[in-house]
Amino acid sequence: MDDKFSSIEQTVLSDYKYGFVTDIESDNAPKGLDESTVRFISAKKNEPEWMLEWRLKAFGQWLKMKEPDWANIDYPPINYQDIIYYAAPKQKISVDSLDDIDPELRKTFDKLGISLNEQKRLSGVAVDAVIDSVSIATTFKGQLAEQGIIFCSMSEAIQEHPDLIRKYLGSVVPITDNYFAALNAAVFSDGSFCYIPKGVRCPMELSTYFRINAENTGQFERTLIVAEEGSYVSYLEGCTAPMRDENQLHAAVVELIAQDHAEIKYSTVQNWYPGDKDGKGGIYNFVTKRGICHESAKISWTQVETGSSITWKYPSVILKGDNSTGEFYSVAVTNNHQQADTGTKMQHLGKNTRSRIVSKGISAGVSQNSYRGLVHISKRADNARNYSQCDSLLLGDKCGAHTFPYIEVKNKSAVVEHEATTSKVGEDQIFYCNQRGIDTETAVALIINGFAREVMNQLPMEFAVEAQKLLAISLEGSVG
Amino acid sequence: MNNISYLKEKFDEIQSKDSGLSGIRQKAFDAYAKLGIPTVRNEEWKYTRVSGIFNQDYKLAEIHPVSVEVEDFETFRLPGCENANQLVFINGVYSTGLSTILSPSLSVMGLEEAAAGEFSSIVAENFNHSARFLKDGINALNTAFIHGAVFIAVKKNKAVEHPVYIYNITDARNEPVLSQPRSLVYVAENAQVEMVETYNTIGHSDSIVNQVMEIVVEKDAFVYYYKIQQDSSQASQVSTTHIRQVGKSFAQAVTISLSGNIVRNNLHAILEAPFAEAHMYGLYLQKGNSHVDNHTLVDHAVPNCESNELYKGILDDNSTGVFNGKVMVRKDAQKTNAFQSNKNILLSDNASVNTKPQLEIYADDVKCSHGCTIGSLDPEGLFYLQSRGIPRKAAMALLLQGFAVDVTSQIKPAAIRAYVEDMIIERLSTEA
Repeated sequence: MDDKFSSIEQTVLSDYKYGFVTDIESDNAPKGLDESTVRFISAKKNEPEWMLEWRLKAFGQWLKMKEPDWANIDYPPINYQDIIYYAAPKQKISVDSLDDIDPELRKTFDKLGISLNEQKRLSGVAVDAVIDSVSIATTFKGQLAEQGIIFCSMSEAIQEHPDLIRKYLGSVVPITDNYFAALNAAVFSDGSFCYIPKGVRCPMELSTYFRINAENTGQFERTLIVAEEGSYVSYLEGCTAPMRDENQLHAAVVELIAQDHAEIKYSTVQNWYPGDKDGKGGIYNFVTKRGICHESAKISWTQVETGSSITWKYPSVILKGDNSTGEFYSVAVTNNHQQADTGTKMQHLGKNTRSRIVSKGISAGVSQNSYRGLVHISKRADNARNYSQCDSLLLGDKCGAHTFPYIEVKNKSAVVEHEATTSKVGEDQIFYCNQRGIDTETAVALIINGFAREVMNQLPMEFAVEAQKLLAISLEGSVG
Repeated sequence: MNNISYLKEKFDEIQSKDSGLSGIRQKAFDAYAKLGIPTVRNEEWKYTRVSGIFNQDYKLAEIHPVSVEVEDFETFRLPGCENANQLVFINGVYSTGLSTILSPSLSVMGLEEAAAGEFSSIVAENFNHSARFLKDGINALNTAFIHGAVFIAVKKNKAVEHPVYIYNITDARNEPVLSQPRSLVYVAENAQVEMVETYNTIGHSDSIVNQVMEIVVEKDAFVYYYKIQQDSSQASQVSTTHIRQVGKSFAQAVTISLSGNIVRNNLHAILEAPFAEAHMYGLYLQKGNSHVDNHTLVDHAVPNCESNELYKGILDDNSTGVFNGKVMVRKDAQKTNAFQSNKNILLSDNASVNTKPQLEIYADDVKCSHGCTIGSLDPEGLFYLQSRGIPRKAAMALLLQGFAVDVTSQIKPAAIRAYVEDMIIERLSTEA
C-alpha cells in the first residue's frame, strides 16, 4: 500500500510538451475592450461595413449581459479589460505558398506535428492553422476548390464569399445566445470557414489547429461549416498553448449547418495548457458549439477534452428536420486542479429524430468533472429516440465527478433512456492484470483506454492515435 | 402572499404571544422577506411555477382553528383507523380534540412544550435542520408562522404498537387558505414506527398546504413513512419531509401522488452515521391539469451508507411530472452505495415530464448509478393481452398496474397497501 501511495505522492504532471513559446513578433491591439477595440479589429481585417455593424451590435448585447455562474466551476473573476483582444503574428507579405511563411512559425507547427509541409501531403489532411486568432495558412486549397469546396480562413471568407457569410454567420448561434458567444461575435479575429456544395463528399479530412502564442491575449475564433444537401465532411480541430503563469481566455464559437441529407462529423482534441500541478495558469475555455440538422441530416460531435484549466462547453444539435440524427461522444479528462463542466444539448424538434450521447468522464488529482446535458423532446417530435450514457471514473479520493442531466419530454411517443454510473478502477481488475505480469500503471492505462474506447472509436484514424497517447500522458502518475 | 404588510400584521400577532420560538420565527420571517417565493429562475424550482399559486390573498390559519366537526372529518378516515394513532391538523394547527393516541410508547405534545421540557436539547439540535438545505422563502414562511406545531417522540426500545395516521385537513369552505403544518418526530434508539400521512381539503376555494416535517432517527431505529396525496384539484401543496439519520438506522419513505393542483415534495435523507440506510419510493399517477414535482436529496456525509431510490410516473391529459433526484456523496463518504431510478410513462400528447437525476460525487470508492426512462406502453405487451381476448382498455390498465406495483408493494401496512392499490386500480380502469 505504501508503495502505491508514494507513487501518487511522486506524481508530477508529466511535462506539457506543447508548452513552448515561439518568438514571433506580433501585432497587438491595445489591452482592454470597448467599442474602439471592436472597430480596431474590424479595420485591421479590412472588413465591410455590415460586418462591423454586426460586431457592434454583438458588443452592445454583450454589455447588457451578465457572465453566467450556474456551471459547477470556480474561478476568480475575469478582468475583461486586462486582455489583448487581437494579436496577429507580424507578416511582411501575404502568403502565397508555404515557403513564404515565417520560418519561426513553420518551426512551431513542425513542433506541433502539424502537416503544413508538402512532405506530409501523404497524410492527406487539409489544414487551416490559426495562431493567436489569425489564420496562417491553409493547405490543399486548390485541390479542394476543384470540387467546389471552400475551405479558408474566416477573414478571407468575409472578403471572398460575403453572401454565404451573411446568410449563415450567427444563424445557429445568434449574437444574443450567451455571454461568451456575444463576446466572441464582437471581437472574433479569425477562424475557419468551410462550405461543401450539394452532393459532394469531401475527399479528405479538414482540420484546424489553434494555438495561442502571445502573452495576455485571448483567443476568439469562429468556425462556420455549411454542408449543402447530400454532402459529407469530416472536420478535425486541435488546440495547444504555451505554458504561462496567468490564465488566458479562449471563447470560441462553432456553427454547423447540415442541410437535407448532409452529414457533418466534427472531432475535437482539446489540449490547451491545463495549468501546472498547483493549478497555476492554464486556459479558460468557454466555447459555444452548436449544429442544426435539416431533414435526414446527421451531425456528430466527438471530443477528447484533456486540456484547459476550465472547460465550459456544450456542443449541441438542433434536430430540426424530420429523420435527422445527432450524436455526441465525449471523453473528458481532468487532473490536478482542472475543472470541466461539459456535456451536450439535443433539441428534438422534427419527427423520427434520434440522438445518442456517450460521455465518459475521468477525474484525477483534485479536479472536478461534471457532465451537464439536456435532452428536449418537443411536442411535435413524434417517435423521437434518445439514448444517453454517462459514466465517470474516479482516480484518487480528492477529485469529484458529477452529473446533471436534464430530460424534458413533451411527446408521448418518445423513448428516452438515460443511465449513469460512477465508480473507481476495480482492484480486482488491476489484480487480474498484475497477475499476468502487467504492472499497475500499465494496467490502469489499459483499463482507462478500455473505458474510453467507445468514444475513441469514433475519432478519425489520424486523431485516434494522438488522442490515445494524450489520455495516457494526462493521467500519467495519477494512479499508483 | 405578496402582501407583506398583511403577513407582517399576522406575524406580529403571533409573535406577541410569548414563546420559546420567537427568535427562530423572527429569523425565518426576515429570511422570507429577503428570499420571497422562488421563481422558475431558481434552479430548484425550474420546472414548477409556484409564484402564481402563492400570489393570492390567502387567509392564514387563525390561532384558534376553525371548527371542523367530527362528521366532516369522518369521510377522510383511512382504513384500519380504529387500530391506529390518529393525529389531526386543521388548517395546519394540531387539534387535540380530534386526535387519538392509543400507543403508550408514543408521546405527542406541542412543540413549545417539548422545547421547554425534557426534550429541550433534542428540539434545540434538530428543529429547523431542514432550513440548512432549503434556501428558499417557502420553508422560511412555514417557520415564521409556526403555531400549533407538534413534537412526536417514540420511546427508546419500543416498536409503536399501532401505526400513526396523520391527517392534514384544510377548511377552504369560505375563503382561500394557506395552512402550514409543522412537526418534529423523534425516533429514539432501537425504536420503530410506521407513519401514514394524508391531505384533504373541504370546500372549493383554493388552498395551499405548506408543510414541514422533520424526522430524527437514532441508532438502530426503523422508520417507515407513507405519504398519500389525493387532494382536490384546487389544492396545492409544498411538502417537505426531512429525515435526519443521526445513528445507524433504517428509513423508508413511500410517496404516492394521485391528484392535486400543484404538488411539490421535498424529501431529504441526511445520512450522518455509518451504515445508515435510506430507501425512497414514489409513484405519481396524474391526470387533468395537475402538476407533481418530486425533489429528493440523499446526502451521504459519512462512509458505508446505502441509499436506494425508485420513482415511477404515469402522466395523462395535461398533467406534468417533475423528478429531480440529487445524490450527494461527500468527500469522506467512501464505500457509499447509491442507486436511483426514475421511470415514466406518458399517456397523452399534452402530458410532459421533466427529469433530472443528479449525482454529485466527491469520494472515489463508491458505487453510484442512476437511470431514467421515458416512454409509452409496450405495444407488444398490449397486443399479447389483446390477442388473448382482453379488451384494450383493460389490457392497458393491467400493464399500468404492473408498472405501479414495484412502488405500491413497498407499503408495509396491509390495510394501507390495499387502499392505495384499490385507488390505483379504480383510477386506471375508469380512464384508460
